[in-house]
Amino acid sequence: MIPAAFDYHAPSTVDEALALLAEHDDAKVLAGGQSLIPVLRLRLAAPEVIVDLGRIEELRGIREDGDALVIGAMTPHHAVETDALVAEHAKLLALATATVADPQVRHRGTIGGALVHADPAGDLPAPAVALGAELVIAGSGGRRTVAAEDFFEDLFTTAVGEDDLLVEIRVPKHTGWGAHYEKFTRVVQQWSIVGVAAAVRLDGDSIAEARVALTNMGSTPVRAAAVEQALVGQPATAEAVQAAAAQAAEGTSPPSDSNGDAEYRRHLATVLTRRAVLAAAGA
Amino acid sequence: MTRITVNVDGTSYTDDVEPRTLLVHYLREQLGKTGTVVGCDTSNCGACTVHLDGRSVKSCSVLAVQADGHEVTTIEGLATNGELHPVQRAFHENHGLQCGFCTPGMIMQSIDLLAENPDPTDDEVRLGLEGNMCRCTGYQNIVKSVRAAAGGAK
Ligand SMILES: Cc1cc2nc3c(=O)[nH]c(=O)nc-3n(C[C@H](O)[C@H](O)[C@H](O)COP(=O)(O)OP(=O)(O)OC[C@H]3O[C@@H](n4cnc5c(N)ncnc54)[C@H](O)[C@@H]3O)c2cc1C
Ligand code: FES
Ligand code: FES
Repeated sequence: MIPAAFDYHAPSTVDEALALLAEHDDAKVLAGGQSLIPVLRLRLAAPEVIVDLGRIEELRGIREDGDALVIGAMTPHHAVETDALVAEHAKLLALATATVADPQVRHRGTIGGALVHADPAGDLPAPAVALGAELVIAGSGGRRTVAAEDFFEDLFTTAVGEDDLLVEIRVPKHTGWGAHYEKFTRVVQQWSIVGVAAAVRLDGDSIAEARVALTNMGSTPVRAAAVEQALVGQPATAEAVQAAAAQAAEGTSPPSDSNGDAEYRRHLATVLTRRAVLAAAGA
Repeated sequence: MTRITVNVDGTSYTDDVEPRTLLVHYLREQLGKTGTVVGCDTSNCGACTVHLDGRSVKSCSVLAVQADGHEVTTIEGLATNGELHPVQRAFHENHGLQCGFCTPGMIMQSIDLLAENPDPTDDEVRLGLEGNMCRCTGYQNIVKSVRAAAGGAK
């Protein structure tokens, strides 16, 4: 199908884009288009105005800023997946990004688009939460920074307002941490039935710090705080990790759908958490 | 209408398009390049795969206006002086197609895959072609074709 007609703007700066969003009531931001264009084609949405961020150079690229990596919202998945800085300082994000969709979609789709889209089965929100990322949002009142844990408000709903733009993602460096993203699907090119993002820092043979967050175990990504606490000080052995991972489903409210009911997902979360943490620890 | 200039298969075109025109429809209906096909409505099948600035994309999920100022290569731009591209030839020689509907997309994605990984294993080929569906071959001969093309390029 063909999208309904719209007016098209392709500004070259963030300020121009913000002015266009403020001026038009029914405007929609277009990033990589890998979620939005299918929606427009199926006419599930028919905005009057499209503001394409594709010509805004300042929104693209990955750089270091002290203890953080700063990733422009319009940086495509493929760039995140293959970037040397991300591999060194935020490996979890690279690993999770590599599981998104397929190569063609990863050439167009962007990190900012995936985060603002906030699909509960999307693979990037959980790593953002696990790594304690901060999201920088630009609006008419200037820029504000929101922690990933507060950014995801509900299904497909974030702290980004209608006239706002997500401009960059600041990821605290986790240099030397082991990482793994365990995504469970039945067929290729599928969204996560459940996913687990895990990063651990080892001190000798034992786990000094752990970060674990879950995909599709609720309407927003869930931090598995009980697992994180239970892992600290433990040896990175199958028994110890399994015992900690048994708490993965605590406090979650997973969906029931054709891929599995909530109880099945709760069970999956414990199994996948064990696998993810062990792989992250290199055990 | 918005005016765009796009280089497609080595030729520069300047056209007025409606902003809602999908790149695949621009290629097929305005430029007559019907080698690139549409197989689904959900961005899943990959039949419409072309290269945008040298990287594979699903042309049903890109607006023609987004390609303004950029370079597109379609299946029709691969052969040189009547000589098939090595990946086209490998599909031909290894029976990598039956009905042929998925083939333009399979070949465009295979070229992208080989550019990044010149000597892939069977598993790497399957993963690299994850975004392309074939309803005929069972994929076996597609994988064989890509491996043969990789060998031939050495
Ligand atoms: C076949 C297929 C399979 C997929 N499989 C997966 C998968 O397994 N896992 C996964 O995580 N994702 C998957 N995706 C989605 C993919 O990750 C998309 O790239 C992503 O969801 C959207 O990113 P985008 O840049 O394309 O955004 P767009 O589609 O352009 O935009 C998405 C939404 O975010 C808004 N938006 C985008 N950027 C900004 C910004 N900077 N500021 C404010 N608002 C913004 C848009 O207005 C729109 O509402 C799949 C997509 C397809 C087509
Ligand atoms: S036509 Fe199916 S992915 Fe483009
Ligand atoms: S050859 Fe028929 S769909 Fe692939």
